[in-house]
Amino acid sequence: MTVTINHYLIVSLLLFAIGFFGVLVRRNFLTILMSIELMLNAVNLNLIAFSRRLSDLTGQVFSIFVITIAAGEAAIGLALTISLFRQRKTLNVEEADTMRG
Amino acid sequence: MTGGALLTGTAGWLFVGFAVLALLSAIAVVVAKNPVHSALYLLVSFLLVACIFILQQAEFVGAVQILVYAGGIMVLFLFVVMLVNPRTVRTLPAFQHQWDLALVLFPIFLIPFAYILWTDKLPDIPSNPDAFRMARGHLVGNTEAVAWSLFRDYLLPFEVASVFLLVAMIGAVVLGKRSLEKMD
Repeated sequence: MTVTINHYLIVSLLLFAIGFFGVLVRRNFLTILMSIELMLNAVNLNLIAFSRRLSDLTGQVFSIFVITIAAGEAAIGLALTISLFRQRKTLNVEEADTMRG
Repeated sequence: MTGGALLTGTAGWLFVGFAVLALLSAIAVVVAKNPVHSALYLLVSFLLVACIFILQQAEFVGAVQILVYAGGIMVLFLFVVMLVNPRTVRTLPAFQHQWDLALVLFPIFLIPFAYILWTDKLPDIPSNPDAFRMARGHLVGNTEAVAWSLFRDYLLPFEVASVFLLVAMIGAVVLGKRSLEKMD
């Protein structure tokens, strides 16, 4: 089985699409955060594949930065989750529809 | 469609297996009703993507993926899931009411990606596997090569990332503390 860059792009696209679909349709705030992590992971896959294809180390370095951003985003998102749950007793994003804190 | 082979033979089939399993567990993340199940499928997906990274001679990124995602982020997710008590959430329908509309409109979003995929051509650069192990003209490990690139060429982004992590930590503490005070 010969794998070219296109196979990588297709896998990465499908992974991103699944994550995006999850963000669009899920009600649970936690699952939406997990879908965002899936999307970031798909971007990393793309960076690594192009780094290999172009024989350049820069893609690997940037995927480490993306992982850093994902960690910070997960920490903030989960703090928001706890905040939302303490105030509303729910994780349903459809019920969090007012602007007043 | 130009492009040299990135993987051949057994490695290629390994890639196919890892990719299919990663996509299946990603689908399971999105459709699972229980957030704990979602988190565990997400863990499987992260580990399989780390395997794909290691197949691509990105050993250090694969290790970081396992340590940070599977170790750190996953523990955070499971901790929060247990803190908010998933029993209160599980009885709700998992999907929003427009999910069927989203499923119909979704392929339209994919069309531009597919178009780019089938028309774009990359320059035909000869593959050089040593590029991921070279540092200062010597053949060293992948970790050392990444470290040289990270601490010499990308030192400023590295420092900015550390400031970003500090800001994220302070933000998370402030958000969590404020909601605790409201609770009392």
